[in-house]
Amino acid sequence: MRKVACIGAGMTLFRRRLKETPKELCWEATRMALDSAKLEMKDVDAVVTGSAPDAFDGVHQKGEYYADGCGGFRKPITRVFTGGGTAVFSPIAAWWHVASGLADIVLVVNEEKMSSCYPHPQSVFAHIWDPILDRPLQPNLVWIFAMEMNRYMTVHKIKKEDIARVAVKNKRNAVAHPAAQLADAKITVEDVLNSEMMAWPVQRLDISPPSDGASALVLASADAVKRLHVESPVWFDGVGWCIDSTMWTDRDLYFPEYLARASQMAYKQARIDQPRKQIDFAEPYDPFDYKELHHMEGLLLCNKGEAPKLTREGVTQRDGDLPTCPSGGLLGIGNPIAATMGIKVGELYWQLSGQAGKRQIPKEIHTGVTNAWGDLMQFSSVVVMRA
Amino acid sequence: MKAKVRAKPKGVAWAGEELSQKQIDRGSALQTRYRPEAKYSWAAGQAMSRFLEELQNGKLIARKCHACQRTLFPPRMFCEQCYRPTDEWVYVKDSGTIETFSVSYLDKDAKRITEPIFVGVVSVDGASPQMGMMHYFGEVTKETIRIGMKVKAVWKPPPERTGSVLDIRYWKPIPEGRR
Repeated sequence: MRKVACIGAGMTLFRRRLKETPKELCWEATRMALDSAKLEMKDVDAVVTGSAPDAFDGVHQKGEYYADGCGGFRKPITRVFTGGGTAVFSPIAAWWHVASGLADIVLVVNEEKMSSCYPHPQSVFAHIWDPILDRPLQPNLVWIFAMEMNRYMTVHKIKKEDIARVAVKNKRNAVAHPAAQLADAKITVEDVLNSEMMAWPVQRLDISPPSDGASALVLASADAVKRLHVESPVWFDGVGWCIDSTMWTDRDLYFPEYLARASQMAYKQARIDQPRKQIDFAEPYDPFDYKELHHMEGLLLCNKGEAPKLTREGVTQRDGDLPTCPSGGLLGIGNPIAATMGIKVGELYWQLSGQAGKRQIPKEIHTGVTNAWGDLMQFSSVVVMRA
Repeated sequence: MKAKVRAKPKGVAWAGEELSQKQIDRGSALQTRYRPEAKYSWAAGQAMSRFLEELQNGKLIARKCHACQRTLFPPRMFCEQCYRPTDEWVYVKDSGTIETFSVSYLDKDAKRITEPIFVGVVSVDGASPQMGMMHYFGEVTKETIRIGMKVKAVWKPPPERTGSVLDIRYWKPIPEGRR
């Protein structure tokens, strides 16, 4: 397989509602990514795009609907979709375009406009549940997180305040991100613990918001990196993805086994056998605060049940030994589902190429890992990147 | 690592113009609206048809896989682990254990409610470990409900059953010492 690098990235603001259409959002993110790679659309061999359920936009086959905005015009274009996992999965799909030798330069564009579903995208989330077993109970999406969080807390005897620390860290980190929707420099653990109870143990400030936004990356082969004299390429060293059974009431929700398997797939490729020692920082997927902890354990960055302790001890702060979500994460920047690529794989690129500005991790970094998570709570995608 | 390049030149605004809820509600931001009419009628399938039929009889049924020896609940016609047909129908009990739960102040549309819904996963006795279903819990309070609690199904009276998971009203705690 050929080596693949990220050589440019772009994203729009993440906001509850944006005036721009999906197509316009894609255009803005893509133009920024091309500018940062000093390329034009004529240099691009193929486009990969990702977006979550069509029902958010209310337009079926929205991949075709917004394709022009991604430069998907008289070019090979592929849309991939693995729910929330799309954020890290579409870069993987773009990676195999280049790794296989099929293309030299590939654009990845992810878009989400959740505000079109009015008054709240929750009514669309309801359609992910099994129609026979689950839906007669009129489930709310937050239930699944509440049930998983309770199981995780109970099995490991974790205190709610240790989970709230993640929301505090990420919303504070987000202050340094120009696209952030929910940055808060002054938020405290008490604010999270006193916020509205949604579905115990999930409270309002444990949750990332619905958002509009788009993000884009430019991927290139080693040949193209050389030919273009790219200053700071960031290499894809390992990719992995895995799905568990949709029979989610048949497994112990306290540990994401599918993520551990996806991580092992990526680590094997990246020749990582001691993740905690060989990885300098991480962007675990954080739609809810406990999910960052759950995912740190699934990414094998610590033992099962140990992530809250690392967070409490400050290890995961931006200036800690293992910074997590230095971007500000979904909790601080926003959660336009597939478009969170810009704060996951995008942040790995910006950090490892030294372009993260005020968010730059102060220590020397060489290797980062990120994951995203989705479908009916059973899919995860993992990318390891090196400077 | 020293910054050599910048993600976005200084002074250049990141793209995106925010709209407020007010602009949407008052219609001062130009928009078009649409409400889809889509209705569905799902065939329940081989496994779920029998499962729903048995719910009407006040019973829970599973499928056994002779290869892995698991008793699969909810039942399915093939074992996803062995990737072969499952072998026989077996009844399981209408009692079990709370594996996890939530106390929800949100309804299906994320609207706020004051009387909470107790919901969670109950693993059923007689099925393989930790195999169960999502359902409601009743006759509990947020102080008494806990993971590991033994519970029993409270069925609707037979004439009211329709072949739905709602033929069970909820699962209630089994008093200690009466297991």
